[in-house]
Amino acid sequence: MSNADIKTPQAAHDFAKLEAILARYPRDEASLIMVLQDVQEEYRYLPCDVLIEVAKALDLPKSKVFAVGTFYKAFSLDPMGRINVKVCMGTACHVRGAQMVLESLERGLGLTGPGNTADLEYTLETVNCVGACGMAPVVVVDEKYYAEVQPDKTEKLLKKGAI
Amino acid sequence: MTRFTSLSELQQVQQQLIAAKQKLTRRIVVCAGTGCVAGGAFEIFAELTKQLTDAKLNIVTELQDCLHKGSKPATHVSTSGCHGFCQVGPLVHVLPDDVLYEQVKLKNVPDIIGALLGKSPVNEKLLYKDPITGERHKGRNDIAFYAKQDRIALKNCGLIDPESLEDYLANGGFNGLFAAIKTDGKVIIEAVTKSGLRGRGGAGFSTGRKWKTAGDAGSPYILCNGDEGDPGAFMDRSIMEGDPFKVLEGMIIGAFAMKATRGYIYVRKEYPLAVKRVQRAITELEKAGLLGENILGIDGFSFKVSISRGGGAFVCGESTALMRSIEGKIGEPRAKYTRSAVKGLYDRPTVLNNVETWACVPPILENGYQWFAAKGTKRSPGTKAFSLVGKVKNTGLVEVEMGTTLHQIIFDIGGGIINNRPFKAVQTGGPSGGCIPESMLDLPVDFDTLTENGSMMGSGGMIVMDDRNCMVNIAHYFIRFLLEESCGKCTPCREGLRQLDHLVGKVCDGEADATTIPQIERVARAMKLGSLCSLGMDAPNPVTSTIKFFRDEWEQHVHDKQCRAGNCRKLIFYSINKEKCTGCSLCMKACPQKAITGTHKDGHSFVIDRAICDKCGICFSVCPDKVMAVEIY
Repeated sequence: MSNADIKTPQAAHDFAKLEAILARYPRDEASLIMVLQDVQEEYRYLPCDVLIEVAKALDLPKSKVFAVGTFYKAFSLDPMGRINVKVCMGTACHVRGAQMVLESLERGLGLTGPGNTADLEYTLETVNCVGACGMAPVVVVDEKYYAEVQPDKTEKLLKKGAI
Repeated sequence: MTRFTSLSELQQVQQQLIAAKQKLTRRIVVCAGTGCVAGGAFEIFAELTKQLTDAKLNIVTELQDCLHKGSKPATHVSTSGCHGFCQVGPLVHVLPDDVLYEQVKLKNVPDIIGALLGKSPVNEKLLYKDPITGERHKGRNDIAFYAKQDRIALKNCGLIDPESLEDYLANGGFNGLFAAIKTDGKVIIEAVTKSGLRGRGGAGFSTGRKWKTAGDAGSPYILCNGDEGDPGAFMDRSIMEGDPFKVLEGMIIGAFAMKATRGYIYVRKEYPLAVKRVQRAITELEKAGLLGENILGIDGFSFKVSISRGGGAFVCGESTALMRSIEGKIGEPRAKYTRSAVKGLYDRPTVLNNVETWACVPPILENGYQWFAAKGTKRSPGTKAFSLVGKVKNTGLVEVEMGTTLHQIIFDIGGGIINNRPFKAVQTGGPSGGCIPESMLDLPVDFDTLTENGSMMGSGGMIVMDDRNCMVNIAHYFIRFLLEESCGKCTPCREGLRQLDHLVGKVCDGEADATTIPQIERVARAMKLGSLCSLGMDAPNPVTSTIKFFRDEWEQHVHDKQCRAGNCRKLIFYSINKEKCTGCSLCMKACPQKAITGTHKDGHSFVIDRAICDKCGICFSVCPDKVMAVEIY
């Protein structure tokens, strides 16, 4: 997916990718969450027009698809940035200073809270425990886990993608 | 692996694999749990394999290759699931020599191989150093962290390759199923009941009784709860990543006993590695004929399992919400007038046990219920896995007999508090649990004792806190966590949490008065009485337990507007101790607000301008440990 695509969220989407996703699961309600997860991964968010197609394909009311799409934290109806930064806010991370790490990342990205940067380069998210409590505080950049992140080291992490 | 059509066929292959494994000259196991992978475990594994091949050693990475390579002595190199000792990862374990290398880096690979070939002695620096005695320990069993554990659910974690059915079989895998299918459902359910196994997810309901109800209701769904939403807990993740076959074996035994044909494993989406390994294990078992139609050639014994990935909602750990989520609906709980064992998923009888519970089933069948019942305490038999994390020296996964005291877990296994600071509290049971003070460290840990004392054992998260953690702040943390995670269906939980957030927030900000704490207690009582599911009913626990055990600290926030631990921002300020400051100017460079001024190398010149300082705490964290000149008041 190109950057231009992210910036124009209302543009019609490529449904071929959706077809490939739908082919992985039986066409019933039980597949809905997994289909939406794959849509989220493929398109980086849940675009409106794709959701309507999902409703048609699984023979579900649109309201149901949107209800599920807005209930679970895994989904976002807004476009996400190219790089995803997750700060773990689990208890183990909390007692070892996750809040300071989060604030430091917010400052580094010019944000006032979790969200997207204006250029959609980054999305900063908080997550309630990634289950890597032995490495607290943890930051996950895309799929890579960073252990024992200190607030003064986040700048380096954003710059080089490495601590 | 080929498809097995009878029990004897499978047992024969198992014997061959055991024999092949015994012939191995050495095994090198690289931990590939999430923690060690972050530290570069896969790169280390690749480098080890490469250098061992270069050294012309006969190495095998798949156990089944040993069957064909015959008598030639071989070294088996594999990855494994989490060893549990995440604090010192990445780990490399060499067997049978029992040398556990820790904090291994790529550059250390030649050292390990040198020692293996007898060319150089074992590099001492890569061995575990006891934080108390300072001694280096070579073997896993010499380390107090491991030596004091008794592992049943975690037994194979860190020892076997979680992606290899052969390795599982060679370690006695499926012995539980072998024992089970020689009997019938009634006998199995009776054995599980008599073992005294109680649900490891937190509620502690008798597994055998649940099975009996569901079995009587007829062909239930078999569900495995791998949602593990409690922050600070990762036992289930480690079992799914480290020994997925055992969980599936437990489910297959359950299916046989209750004549079930369909099962689901619900895994959190935050656990991608667990999803991958469990999926792989399911595929392997389908190929081997241990899942699917007519398992092991037994007529009518058919069982299909699939993964249902969670959508990232804490409430989905609640049984009825989890079932709605598997159905593809939003995860809202329902009132439990009828038990799920009778009417659960798709309104059919359903057995839901968590990952650790399923993993306990095969050993119970293999070793007999008496063996399991003899462990632990009378009302809570067996062992329990805990994730020991927070301000403790040895963080990681521990599995101990029920009834072990908190003191033994935190100080004997955990090695005490980081930097030898004073212990303050241990938080157990996740957001529904409470904080236990030092005076109660001698409590035995089991299902009932902790509940009687205002906390709960829960699924097994243990977060240790020192004097730098404020109890009001922790209570507020959990309330905000639950506020975000409450599904919003029932009013006491939805609105109660909002009020608690407001009231506890006032205490943290120094805006509370004498009426605030009684008001908090009233709201807490109402939530306990009126909420629909245990998320809301237990939500006030972190608040009420800290008020009960740390009342002084709460009162101090209310009356003196002070936070001794230095966590509540509005009540503290940072200052530089001129006597200690060396003038390194690290804090000045790091301060995002430019609130610190001073002349480099002149310790007496550094000051923080409190008008500009926003108390982000960076100066405190960059000040070198040896200096500690930045202080919190």
